[in-house]
Amino acid sequence: MSLLPSTSPYQLGQASVRGVMLQVLLALLPAIATYVWLLGPIILVQIAVASVSALVGEALLLKARGKPLGLFLGDGSALVTAWLVALTFPPLAPWWLVALGALFAIVVAKQLYGGLGQNPFNPAMIAFAACIVAFPALMSTWPPLPLAYGFSEQLQAVFGLLPHVDAMNGATPLDALKTSLKLGEGSVTVSTLLADPEVFGRIAGRGWEWIAAGYLVGGLFMLWRGIIRWQGPLAFIAGMSTIAGLCWALHPDQFADPLFHLFSGGALMGAFFIVTDPVSGCTTPRGQLFFGFAAGILAYLIRVFGGYPDGVAFAVLLLNLCAPLIDRYTQPAVFGWRKTR
Amino acid sequence: MIQLFKFRGGIKPASNKDVSSSAAIAKAPLPARLYLPLRVSARTLAQPLVAVGEHVLKGQAIASAEGVLGTTLHAPTSGVVSAIDAGDYPHPSALPVPRIVIDSDGDDRWCARKPLDAASASPDELRRHLREAGIVGLGGAGFPSHVKLSPGQAAIATLIINGAECEPWITCDDRLMQERAAEIIAGALILHRAIGARRVLIGIEDNKPQAIAAMQKAARQAAGGTDLSVVAVPTLYPAGGEKQLIRVLTGIEIPFGKLGFDFGVQCFNVGTAYAVQRAVVHGEPLISRIVTLTGNVEQAGNWEVLLGTPIAEFVALGRPRPDTDRYLMGGPMMGIDLASLAAPLVKTSNCTLVGSPRLFPPRPPEMPCIRCGSCARACPHELQPFELYWFARAGNLDKAKEYHLFDCIECGCCSYVCPSHIPLVQYFRFAKGEISAREREKKAAAAAKERFEFRNERAEREKAEKAERLARAAAAKAAESAAPRGEAAAGAAAPAVPPAASAAAESVPATAAAATPSAADAARKAAIAAAMERARVQREAVQARNTEALSPEQQREIAAIEARRASAAGAAAAAPPAETPTSAPELP
Repeated sequence: MSLLPSTSPYQLGQASVRGVMLQVLLALLPAIATYVWLLGPIILVQIAVASVSALVGEALLLKARGKPLGLFLGDGSALVTAWLVALTFPPLAPWWLVALGALFAIVVAKQLYGGLGQNPFNPAMIAFAACIVAFPALMSTWPPLPLAYGFSEQLQAVFGLLPHVDAMNGATPLDALKTSLKLGEGSVTVSTLLADPEVFGRIAGRGWEWIAAGYLVGGLFMLWRGIIRWQGPLAFIAGMSTIAGLCWALHPDQFADPLFHLFSGGALMGAFFIVTDPVSGCTTPRGQLFFGFAAGILAYLIRVFGGYPDGVAFAVLLLNLCAPLIDRYTQPAVFGWRKTR
Repeated sequence: MIQLFKFRGGIKPASNKDVSSSAAIAKAPLPARLYLPLRVSARTLAQPLVAVGEHVLKGQAIASAEGVLGTTLHAPTSGVVSAIDAGDYPHPSALPVPRIVIDSDGDDRWCARKPLDAASASPDELRRHLREAGIVGLGGAGFPSHVKLSPGQAAIATLIINGAECEPWITCDDRLMQERAAEIIAGALILHRAIGARRVLIGIEDNKPQAIAAMQKAARQAAGGTDLSVVAVPTLYPAGGEKQLIRVLTGIEIPFGKLGFDFGVQCFNVGTAYAVQRAVVHGEPLISRIVTLTGNVEQAGNWEVLLGTPIAEFVALGRPRPDTDRYLMGGPMMGIDLASLAAPLVKTSNCTLVGSPRLFPPRPPEMPCIRCGSCARACPHELQPFELYWFARAGNLDKAKEYHLFDCIECGCCSYVCPSHIPLVQYFRFAKGEISAREREKKAAAAAKERFEFRNERAEREKAEKAERLARAAAAKAAESAAPRGEAAAGAAAPAVPPAASAAAESVPATAAAATPSAADAARKAAIAAAMERARVQREAVQARNTEALSPEQQREIAAIEARRASAAGAAAAAPPAETPTSAPELP
């Protein structure tokens, strides 16, 4: 008999970091499936490239930092980052760009800050921001959906074996709308532009709106599983809808409606998968409301009035900076210490 | 219908109560030897009333209640006091605690029992009776019941009887309610009358339907005109925590540092209510309790055990399986890992949980905190455990305190849900201990400083007073005597006398000081010699402790050494002083 020195509790729940991360990966599947349906399996290749790159980077850095490889490589957090990088990058971007993005996210944004749980910024968003600054052209060219080209041509494009094909690359619907409105200088209206069936679908960009819906499904799954809390996503959607609704109500000719913005770009992915990142986001319920709402407004302002095709990444990174402060001032009342009884 | 409230957080661990819940309460065999720790509640030691070798009867008081929190300790059976020493106590510190050891004579013969007529007794009489019957809270904390009955500032509106028993595995209260409901209700009514509550609420988790039914039946039969309800509360750990149950039943939230009666609520465990009934109606002091024995045993059960029974003897009743690796006292959420099975069962021992690697696998390796907030959602006190964890880890104790570290009740919900398997509660215990130690040190340092300053001040004062007195005496002498040589100098030198000697010199009557200088000096010297002799005797009395517990051989050896030393000293004194340095033998 050995009386082990330890303290209560001795009975533990089933939760694990690995379990949480695997469920996040599972929640990404609807969007990935939609991607495959509209674009083909090339997105799976990109996800594989990002995963390998992230895991290699993670392994090297863990080894350099003297951390147990098995424990941390198996926790699934690097895969979540890798998948998010692959899904936020243009699907036909050269493989090295995706690999670089994943590597940057893991090595610089995560491990150099101390690894799992220590990164002040969302690694996938850091990767996106870094690459869009460094490679603006590559990061801004997106294929129209559904894409006519087959898997082999796409594969060649990704691995640089095919000369640049214009038909494969264009602006995102969000970018297209912004550019046309700017070129039109007030003479074109949003409604006439959105009527173009080549670019736009029912709600937002043709095809892309379905991928956004895939993120919505995954997000609802995570809510149901208790992986994320409702405050962040709801506040993000509310924030973006509020400012979009305001602009739209004032100038319906020059501003798209809120639904268009929610289903465009990275809005819904940001709402459910980025804003909810516990490490770099807010932890208090009120803080999450503030974080989400502010990120929603900022993302809209950047994507509509700024120079980048989308604003989710920069909005989230700016709010990441503020998260500790927000948490500090939104600490919830403790049992028995509520001011109003 | 009672309106129920919710507390936030909480978890639903596997209850495992069915392992022992069907076993009726059985009387444990009489142990040959009982160990009764004098620590009757957290901060109080009882003082022995018996001597080694004395014969005691079952129920006889063997140690007296000390202080406000003290309660009387009784002999659980008849027998002989075989030792009063220090021994194992079921506490995480594993430090020995003073105790009385009783060798049972096997007769189990009661002393005269003194019941109390609850109907005519005043609340004060009841409080005294409970204190003398050794009644403390049997739910876990062991808080003396008579203190809880002391009148607070606010009138007690609601008396709560806690039958929630939310810890997994434990079934002692469940069985007690099923089998002895009438006595519990009677005890509750006695408590109710003593504090003059408006209503009595008995809260039981809804996973104990039989206990609820039994208690409701007993309540219907006995309540009479009292507003007494047996309420099923939702099963959610830690609903049995006092503050949580008060919240669920009344909606009142009691912050850290406040007690129930500040809010007009008072709470007793069902086991305590039962003990009150036994003490008042039958005059039986608290000498036994129901203890669940479960976990990795062949036969789980609920036993009525005499307090002081060694845990080793108790667990043998259940026949632990061979792969047993630990014994917990209490449940798996808040229980303690017993360092020694020689420790006895005490008043707060509700369960002995036998563990194995299969039942309680080792905690998986600790991962970094990912700030997921699961702990914050599980915390019944709505704390932010992950923030507290960061502060505790960083040694940022002030910040931990600011974030309400001391509101933590160590229920274990945060550790239970943590996906990174961080032993959060352990960090919090550590931080609390560090803060308490730091505050104790601060207090001690402040006290030492005060003492030092006071001493300096006193020495200064005495020096000044003495100089003044001596100067006065010298002046008087100079005026009287025709030959005033040297006295003034003696007066001026006097302040240099050490403080200890000056204190002794004070006792010299002023008339002696006014006499001839040689007489005054002689008196002072005698006083100094007396003071030094007193100090020496005192020092010896204090320092000689380490030679008390010696074996006869060691004592003989020491005696021989002392004899040698004495003869050597005698020889040295007899020898001419001049020779001593040269004649000292050189050691090889």
